[in-house]
Amino acid sequence: MSIWKQITTGRLAIFLCFTVVLAFAACGGAGNSGSEIRLQGAGATFPNPLYQKWLSEYGKLNTNVKIDYQSIGSGGGIKQIQAQTVDFGASDAPMTDAELKATAGELIHIPTVLGAVVLTYNLQGVSRPLRFSPDVIADIFLGKITKWNDPRIKADNADANPPAADITVVHRAEASGTSFVFTDYLAKVSPDWKQKVGVDKSPNWPVGQGGKGNEGVTGQIKQQPNTIGYVELAYAVQNKLPVALIKNASGNFVEPSIDAVTVAAAASAAMTPDDLRVSITNANGAQAYPISSYTYILAYRDQKDANKGKTLVDFLWWGIHDGEKFAKELQYAPLPDEIVKRAEAKINSLTSGGKPLR
Amino acid sequence: MKRADQTRRAVSAVMTSLTALCTLVAVGVLAIILSYIAMRGVSSLTLHFLIDSPRPVGEGGGIGNAIVGSTILLLLSSGIGVPLGIATGVYLSEFGSGLFASVVRFLVDTLTGIPSIVTGVFVYAVIVLRMKHFSAFAGGIALALIMIPIVARTTEEMIRLVPHSLREGALALGAPQWRVTLGVVVPAAMSGIATGAMLAVARASGETAPLLFTAFGSRFFPRNLNEPIASLTVQIYNYAISPYDEWHAQAWAATLVLMALILGINILVRFMTRRKF
Amino acid sequence: MSAWQKRLSPTGNTGDAVFRGAMFLAALLVVMIVCAMILALASHSTLSIRQFGFSFLTSREWDPVKGKFGGLAFIYGTILSSLIAMLISVPLSIGIAIFLVEQAPNFLARPITFLVELLAAIPSVVYGLWGIFVLAPFLRVHVEPAMARAFGWLPLFQGPITGIGLLTGGVILAIMVTPIVSAVVRDVLSAVPNTQREAALALGATKWETTIVVLVNAAPGIAGAVILGLGRAIGETMAVTMVIGNRPEISLSIFQPSYTLASVIANEFTEATADIYLSSLVELGLILFLVTFVVNAMARVLVWRVTRRNSSAGLAV
Repeated sequence: MSIWKQITTGRLAIFLCFTVVLAFAACGGAGNSGSEIRLQGAGATFPNPLYQKWLSEYGKLNTNVKIDYQSIGSGGGIKQIQAQTVDFGASDAPMTDAELKATAGELIHIPTVLGAVVLTYNLQGVSRPLRFSPDVIADIFLGKITKWNDPRIKADNADANPPAADITVVHRAEASGTSFVFTDYLAKVSPDWKQKVGVDKSPNWPVGQGGKGNEGVTGQIKQQPNTIGYVELAYAVQNKLPVALIKNASGNFVEPSIDAVTVAAAASAAMTPDDLRVSITNANGAQAYPISSYTYILAYRDQKDANKGKTLVDFLWWGIHDGEKFAKELQYAPLPDEIVKRAEAKINSLTSGGKPLR
Repeated sequence: MKRADQTRRAVSAVMTSLTALCTLVAVGVLAIILSYIAMRGVSSLTLHFLIDSPRPVGEGGGIGNAIVGSTILLLLSSGIGVPLGIATGVYLSEFGSGLFASVVRFLVDTLTGIPSIVTGVFVYAVIVLRMKHFSAFAGGIALALIMIPIVARTTEEMIRLVPHSLREGALALGAPQWRVTLGVVVPAAMSGIATGAMLAVARASGETAPLLFTAFGSRFFPRNLNEPIASLTVQIYNYAISPYDEWHAQAWAATLVLMALILGINILVRFMTRRKF
Repeated sequence: MSAWQKRLSPTGNTGDAVFRGAMFLAALLVVMIVCAMILALASHSTLSIRQFGFSFLTSREWDPVKGKFGGLAFIYGTILSSLIAMLISVPLSIGIAIFLVEQAPNFLARPITFLVELLAAIPSVVYGLWGIFVLAPFLRVHVEPAMARAFGWLPLFQGPITGIGLLTGGVILAIMVTPIVSAVVRDVLSAVPNTQREAALALGATKWETTIVVLVNAAPGIAGAVILGLGRAIGETMAVTMVIGNRPEISLSIFQPSYTLASVIANEFTEATADIYLSSLVELGLILFLVTFVVNAMARVLVWRVTRRNSSAGLAV
């Protein structure tokens, strides 16, 4: 076959593929065929595994509802819901007043689950989980404490024998809600941190290497000796890395367990404002884990499409009630009862064209 | 034999073995990476995995919808990117002596260095924000923009390398210039152009960031181009950044599937553009 | 024929006019898209350009909390990591191409070609993960200590060795760039007519000397391949950011963590809320364009000089 014949046959094949693709495109149109309802949500990576479980379970109960959730980061979630390219957003850090003001329309924060940010490390010669006081953690991340056998670390860990090695700090490279929660905690317990670095999703870290994502930080800690870093609880547990006990505001060294996180939320319920945007780090409960946080779903109070709005509202209602029972096995802490009640009120406040959706 | 001759031969022998060594290094690195991926992922490669859609962690699931999605995105982006790239390359090589052509050349070169995320955000701003939703169509455009400079560059280089005698012969036979280009020069450069196209396809198929802003992602099999669509790279990304070993294994397995897909396309295109003289 | 008609269709053939017009339109479309991108980048970075001015290019500070931004650390990281990548990859790729075209027997050349191109099909996130779990520990345990022992008197090889840093980033980039450069160089070398090789051999050249003749002939094409590879190296995000340490600092040692323009844009763009923050990131994108531009221009000038000097060596017959 001449080269042209070959190319022509090849082109014919490709042309056929294109007609298939175009036929596909042609049956596009509205995107919501009759009985099926499709929603898109985007945002925080932290709750992604749980949300995937929720979407799947809810989909089994309501087969005509097809919801997609894609992790693009908390900031991405906020931006997309502001731009109205998705039906709901998700963020670990609550939106700031400035962000809410910049949004065309009123966004409601609905807390869904809780998570813990834990300190994990790679250290030889230590058999039991290390204990850290808040000021020690802040000074390690400030670069003031540089060796593992520093007397201040040993003061909290009398029975451990850390080596005389340099501490390699690992933090997050990219902006993340996890960094926000961690720096929020550090700013509360260390005036030095608050003044030098501050609270941000992407602060100017005084020392350390940046790992990409929770998995990047976990990977770097696993592969390098004498490292310390902060990750979401599930990453430390799944990778069998040790987690440190941290001294909370009541003076107790608390292990980052699911229950300790729920305690932190419950202990902070009284001071949680009406719009449910709150920081619960360094909470006051006796057994509260100090680096805990909510994660939120963001939805417009006034839903443009009544059908989609109803579906969203029903799904969220299911989530904070039935969905919570899937939380623990995936290492998320369920919402305390008082907060569930307040979230219910928020969900009930969603309307479409003036009429409530529930 | 003179000393100089001996040295020259020795140098030649040394260099020959060095180039063989280079190839060995490259193939060796590929083997290392491939075996690592296979080791981590082959256990998840089942038929079920290739057909099913994703499930929550602990329930298995698969990448069937992602395979379909990636194929559609590749077809769409190649359909836009490859012809445009070849046309630009042909323009640069055939009519490429003026100021405008120099500008085009520089801009195409610069386009090769843009991080894919910038391209993704650009398409997001121009298409997704206007349409107020993510779509496979936007994803295809973003990938096409990534492909164009690679195809254009290689096409121009390859066409320039076609011996003038071929052109002159065709012109002497009375063919108009466009026929010479389309009928003689481009087919002569076809294998090089195909290389460029394949490199572009491989590059586009491995991109995640632009797709996150344009095609988004989905758990379902695609219905049309106007909606978000799943893709292998986004699915790999989702699984790889999670804490679960099961999802990690699926990410590695999906990588193997992606590589097999690209290899398949590569072999197919090479077969179709082979020269039989 | 009027002057206009002559311009549009110099040969007077309508087919030619249509063809020329169509190709021109395609090129024009591409130009418009690139210009639109540059304009978008420029317009969104005016805030930071006005606020920081020239100091943006000389300041190393990158503090989103305090609102102080400067791009020097990223420019350094991008240039250095790409340099390391090209220094490793270009000789390697040319070697591979020479082997495949000049030396390998046919049955070997085909499959090896596919294998090397397969490296281009690996998604960058996978490269990044492999980098963290395999490459970085390997460099930390075996390669970097050896380099420190041998060349430790150079500031280039000093400092703590963690495996995460500029060198690892450069090596990963080299692996990612090699399939591109070697594939294009391979095609370029096979396009050099055999008459050149035969002529050289007839004059008594050794295999290697013949190869040099072929290389000189193919110099512009090789430069094109290098430009493509460089583009990939400069613009790569995912894989690099996972192994380079992401620390906006300038250090002479290649073992230290660093940060590239593409990585910081990818890492912080979606979360940047303050206007000045966003504007600074966009300005970094603009600088990236500029860096690519400058490097490409330098590569082209280099090629032009080489081919001019060797124009007597003659291109295709």
